[in-house]
Amino acid sequence: MKNWFLKQRYLIDYTLAALLRRKGKNLSLLAVYTLVVFLLVSVMLFSHSIKQEASHLLQAAPELVVQRMVAGRHDLVPAAYVEKLGQIRGVQRIEGRLWGYFFDPVVSANYTFMVQSDEQLPAGYIVVGDAIARTRGASRGDVLSFRGYNGQLFSFTIDHTLSHDSGLVSADLVLLNEQDFRGFFGIADGQFTDIALTVRNAREVRKVAEKVALALPDTRPIMRDEILRTYESIFNWREGMILVLLVGGVLAFVIFAWEKASGLSAEERREIGILKAVGWETSDIIRMKFWEGFLISLTAFLCGYLLAYGHIFFFSSALFAQVLKGWAVLYPSFALVPYVDGLQIATLLFLTVFPYAAATVVPIWRAAISDPDTVMR
Amino acid sequence: MQRPLNPRYLLRKSDIAFVLIALLILLVVATQGHAYYGRLHSKSALDMKQALVRKLGLTDLCLFTEARYTRHLSQADLHTAFQDHPMSLEHFPSGSLLAPPQLLKRKYEKLVP
Repeated sequence: MKNWFLKQRYLIDYTLAALLRRKGKNLSLLAVYTLVVFLLVSVMLFSHSIKQEASHLLQAAPELVVQRMVAGRHDLVPAAYVEKLGQIRGVQRIEGRLWGYFFDPVVSANYTFMVQSDEQLPAGYIVVGDAIARTRGASRGDVLSFRGYNGQLFSFTIDHTLSHDSGLVSADLVLLNEQDFRGFFGIADGQFTDIALTVRNAREVRKVAEKVALALPDTRPIMRDEILRTYESIFNWREGMILVLLVGGVLAFVIFAWEKASGLSAEERREIGILKAVGWETSDIIRMKFWEGFLISLTAFLCGYLLAYGHIFFFSSALFAQVLKGWAVLYPSFALVPYVDGLQIATLLFLTVFPYAAATVVPIWRAAISDPDTVMR
Repeated sequence: MQRPLNPRYLLRKSDIAFVLIALLILLVVATQGHAYYGRLHSKSALDMKQALVRKLGLTDLCLFTEARYTRHLSQADLHTAFQDHPMSLEHFPSGSLLAPPQLLKRKYEKLVP
């Protein structure tokens, strides 16, 4: 066993010396390989962290949200619906919610206006999210003016701003009292945006949703489970830009492996011929080439993973920032809580290291079993 | 007279490679430790955010504010992505990052023969 280790060490010495003889080519290969791993691991870490955080935070979302649909579009809900749903057995609490969108032309940003049901702000006062305060350069005591539905200017004083840490859920929120909301958007008393239901027994939520759909056929109940499942499949590998990135990454690896497996250069063939001529066994040559592929791919994977980890959790996904922001003016801080899916990383390790190492061995085998004189010519 | 030792042969290339790879593996393990302590440290902030979600009855993360159907992904209906003008196609960058919510696709798949 000791001899075997010593032998492998000598093979690795030779392999590294051979790699250093072609420094430029091998360093370029290592750099590109690292970049591909960096990109894939960055996307994996980012999407997994977002999913985990969403799963944790949205556990506190309402058990059931009921929307009214008119011709497939979300429409306002009359107060009579709130009373009707309150009679369903199992509903512990029912609340007509008021929220909506506002486009602020001053900064070209979309805000979410919302009425906080349990704590009424004084008239003329608002609470704003951190991103709004940052974008408008406003703070506590400042006055923000917005044009209402009828063109009238409404001025609100900022009571306080929501914390920066809560940006992932509140960056674009404007909280105001019910009368201000109705006056601003022109929504009459007795109408709500949607209805939030609290169900006493979590196992009864589906049954309550069925009863809602039967009692009010023009409504759409959205369960908390469905909200959580929506975020479980966010940044899904099978859809959108993430699929494009995955396909690009896989193609890059396939090109690497194909380039290695498709044959040797004249210089490499000559080198193998010389090694055979001086007494190297076929198995040693194959092992030497395996170590070459393995060391490059393992080093690239480890460097790529570490760079990706630093990128996502120390630099707040800076390289993805422009993609994530899109055309939005308001965006939260992407300082994510670090969650690492070990299984995904291990799978990527297996798929990036071993196929490449194996692909390196394939062309060597043919040259290694040939006559040295033939190979050297 | 003894020849002085040649430093080139004191540390072999394989030794350097082993040390570097061991260091990288150690750093990878350290990231797991960092992730664990990061989660512990962030627990109070997460609880605060969760309390805000419960208090306000929020249903979605504020990831993309450029379009309504990506701001409130779970609340989007069939029309919101395409209602800006006739023959409207998906035109917001965040729409290419996020697929329609599962409940929309599931609810309406029966309409397709």
